[in-house]
Amino acid sequence: MGSRAVGSDLTTTDVAGLSRLLTAGEVSAVEVATAHLDRIAAEDGALGAYLHVERDSALAAAAAVDAARAAGDELGPLAGVPVALKDLVVTEGVPTTSGSKILEGWRPPYSATIATRLAEAGTVLLGKTNMDEFAMGSSTENSAYQVTRNPWDRDRIPGGSSGGSSAAVAGHLAPWSIGTDTGGSIRQPAAVTGLVGHKPTYGSVSRYGLIAFSSSLDQAGPMARTVLDAAVMHEVIGGHDPRDSTSIDSPLTGLAAAARAGAAGDLRGLRVGVVRELGGDGHTEGYEDGVLARTREAVELLASLGAEVVEVSCPSFDLALPAYYLIAPSEASSNLSRYEGVRFGLRVGDDGSHDLDEVMALTREQGFGPEVKRRIILGTYALSSGLYDAYYAQAQKVRTLIARDFTAAFTGVDVLVSPTTPTVAFPIGSRVEDPIAMYAADLCTLPASLAGLPAISVPSGLSEGLPVGFQVMAPALADDRCYRVAAALEAAQDAARGHRLLDELPGGRA
Amino acid sequence: MSTTDRLVDYDELLTRYEPVIGLETHVELGTASKMFCGCSTTFGAEPNTQTCPVCLGMPGSLPVANAAAVESTIQIGLALGCSIASWSRFARKNYFYPDIPKGYQTSQFDEPLCVDGFLDVDVEGRTYRVEIERVHLEEDTGKNLHVGGATGRIHGADHSLVDFNRAGIPLVEIVTRPVPGAGALAPEVARAYVTELREIVQALGASDVRMEQGSLRCDVNISLNPTGATELGTRTETKNVNSLRSVERAVRFEMRRQAAVLDDGGRVVQETRHFHEDTGTTSSGRSKEEATDYRYFPEPDLVPLAPDADWIETLRAGLPELPAARRVRLQEEWGISGTEMTWLANAGALGLVEQTVAAGAAPGDARKWWLGDLARRANDTGVELGELAVTPVQVAQLCGLVSAGTINDKLARQVLDGVLAGQGDPAQVVEAQGLAVMGESDELVAAVEAAIAGAPDVIAKVQSGKVAALGALVGAVMKTTRGKADAPTVKRMLEERVLGS
Repeated sequence: MGSRAVGSDLTTTDVAGLSRLLTAGEVSAVEVATAHLDRIAAEDGALGAYLHVERDSALAAAAAVDAARAAGDELGPLAGVPVALKDLVVTEGVPTTSGSKILEGWRPPYSATIATRLAEAGTVLLGKTNMDEFAMGSSTENSAYQVTRNPWDRDRIPGGSSGGSSAAVAGHLAPWSIGTDTGGSIRQPAAVTGLVGHKPTYGSVSRYGLIAFSSSLDQAGPMARTVLDAAVMHEVIGGHDPRDSTSIDSPLTGLAAAARAGAAGDLRGLRVGVVRELGGDGHTEGYEDGVLARTREAVELLASLGAEVVEVSCPSFDLALPAYYLIAPSEASSNLSRYEGVRFGLRVGDDGSHDLDEVMALTREQGFGPEVKRRIILGTYALSSGLYDAYYAQAQKVRTLIARDFTAAFTGVDVLVSPTTPTVAFPIGSRVEDPIAMYAADLCTLPASLAGLPAISVPSGLSEGLPVGFQVMAPALADDRCYRVAAALEAAQDAARGHRLLDELPGGRA
Repeated sequence: MSTTDRLVDYDELLTRYEPVIGLETHVELGTASKMFCGCSTTFGAEPNTQTCPVCLGMPGSLPVANAAAVESTIQIGLALGCSIASWSRFARKNYFYPDIPKGYQTSQFDEPLCVDGFLDVDVEGRTYRVEIERVHLEEDTGKNLHVGGATGRIHGADHSLVDFNRAGIPLVEIVTRPVPGAGALAPEVARAYVTELREIVQALGASDVRMEQGSLRCDVNISLNPTGATELGTRTETKNVNSLRSVERAVRFEMRRQAAVLDDGGRVVQETRHFHEDTGTTSSGRSKEEATDYRYFPEPDLVPLAPDADWIETLRAGLPELPAARRVRLQEEWGISGTEMTWLANAGALGLVEQTVAAGAAPGDARKWWLGDLARRANDTGVELGELAVTPVQVAQLCGLVSAGTINDKLARQVLDGVLAGQGDPAQVVEAQGLAVMGESDELVAAVEAAIAGAPDVIAKVQSGKVAALGALVGAVMKTTRGKADAPTVKRMLEERVLGS
């Protein structure tokens, strides 16, 4: 490793480490922010992780933290820790585009609950990260603004839709970030960039101020370099919010505590179910050998830590993909109706030569990209009268079946595991012309999304030099189990290899 | 405009057609805050000052249902004899319009809060049962203002403005089933239904139900079918019906217009029509035959409503006295017939009479004024009774002046004119215009004696036994005193002087 400048150290230090340094007064918040902003300035031109960088306000916020600390104020452990937010998290006065041209230039008049909670914890907003337009995609190639590259191989995708968030954290342009997950958009990008990404139980993190893709599926969650960091962020953003009717009014179980307990490496008494339909016997088509191998090894590792491993069948998981591609586009077709140029964002054709309907149509024609249009059309069709029962209503029934499969499985096991995604990061451009191939990236993550259950992706190693993710799913509100099992795997693997997986990032720490 | 519509004579059309009416009534609830956010609902504020990210449909904002609105809806449902759903959901009604901030209206579709009720209305001595299909809760839209152009409608306007103050105000929609069998009285039954519904909502305190401010809005469905036919005819839906009187007029007009269309062998177009207050006519709006597909689906941003049985029973027990029960009670208290009570109710005068009685008037007097002179004046000027510029308290004061003998009925009408003209309370008008009945004043004595002196022939007749001839002298005195004298007093004074000694 050799000696490096402090700035470089600060961008490679995890949040737990930054928190210790800041609290002990060994570094200032301004130094931490500056280190990250400088690295963004140097590296992000090539990486494309950020859509907006808030340099001035970040430095001001960091200075305020330092001043408060100097004045002897009682500060939380995260005061001065930088953070990046996916660009669908609404931030007052800070551009928020959801990766779409239709919201170009919009500066929201309010902030999302999770943005407020992070700010109240003293974190410093570095900027907003790139994403597939309206979170529709698995590669971030559907961003209306720019391509984001995978720090492990810059010719490959960083996953999606939270690909800016994954690239920023894996590329050390932020210590952690917020992603959102509708069908896998936290877990899949985390998996292909070697990060930890957790999709919380539906309703356990407020959706107020998250630009909606599919309301019954969307959840925000942490993307971090360690399981502990992810758990800490989850505790900051989680918990009941009266502004979100679907928010669960129930306290979070100790998530960071579960991560610490898991890292101790004792999984005796834990029953782990390996889902056959997600890469198991007879269900390996489309899965890369390397991914399946890393998954097997991870399961063996859990067993070696004392977990009891069984294979579990969840037959209706095979129907998750079609059900998802009816429900999510249906809700999206409605959620995206508000973008018509009347109150905010883009307006096209308002030159006196077009009537109202034409202005709305032109705005939407020019403001939305092809994938968004595809899904609006799909959803509009699935909800139309006469077809509703055959499509939307039928998909909701499948959703119930999937939830039942989970319920049945959880009578015999404590957690379910699978690969996070069937393949490692694919080359940029390789699936752009083939939506179905693109959708297949979410094969393993969709069931937990449809059932509203917590699921985490944790690295299980490399395949052909690229990260592979391992998914741990748990019953509703048992997010702590995800953190416990993921932390156990992480600790055992780190110990075995003698360093963290991200340390193998080509040129990453240099 | 529809002034060119051919109309069939009303009585004539009834020989061939049977009307079926249906009403969709929207009531803006009087909750302090909007349906899904905390914004104020006060009427008349500066445009777009009562808005927030939620009711403006800003990206990322989410709704939270207003519990008070749910409670009011259930109360309305209970008052209408509905079953209250134990499981009810909001649904999204998707369509594009600038006054609808989210591109969909949060409403209810196949899982409304209240279903299967009824409302009985009495018209001309008969009771008509109007069946209620559903009572559901939704949010109001914003208001478009089309600037320029003659009609105030979007066509021909230079530009349009939107005010979102109204967007998100809780709105209860009460939908009837088709009401057949009202025949010639269909317009009156429609009006009586809306009147009764309005009184119920008012009694519940759920809304101020002011039609002129739009807090109660009515869409009137009308169809005709040939007498004896079993299938319903094609209906039209008339919007913009902004007063009770308009409800009646709209039904009548549509019946006459549709009859002409059918007589000519044409077919009624299923469409939305607009009612024009000034002409009493309707004109075609957008056709519903190419109906918008609203793509309803359950609102995923809101959790289902599952009112528990205990809560419903608590609400039921807490219902105030409803108008029908109140009428029975008042009918008994006032000792009037059912028919009289129906007149009072249909004239919208019940509350006014009750308040007048409460202010001290005898029930008979209060009824007489509201149903008589005041009803006539309201009708002449085309306003609702309650909109007249006279309060129940003033009517009670008027009755008081009459029963105290200060004024007689004829003078009382003049006093009423003064009150309606804004000249103050009855006593002030009496004072200002010198309208009080004369006592046995010097002026009256002089007038009586002048009458006697001026008619010796009449005096002779009376003294010869034709006492009735005195009437002519009473008339003469009343004339010289310009009606301010009290006729019985005048008669007594004449008798004393001519016969007494």
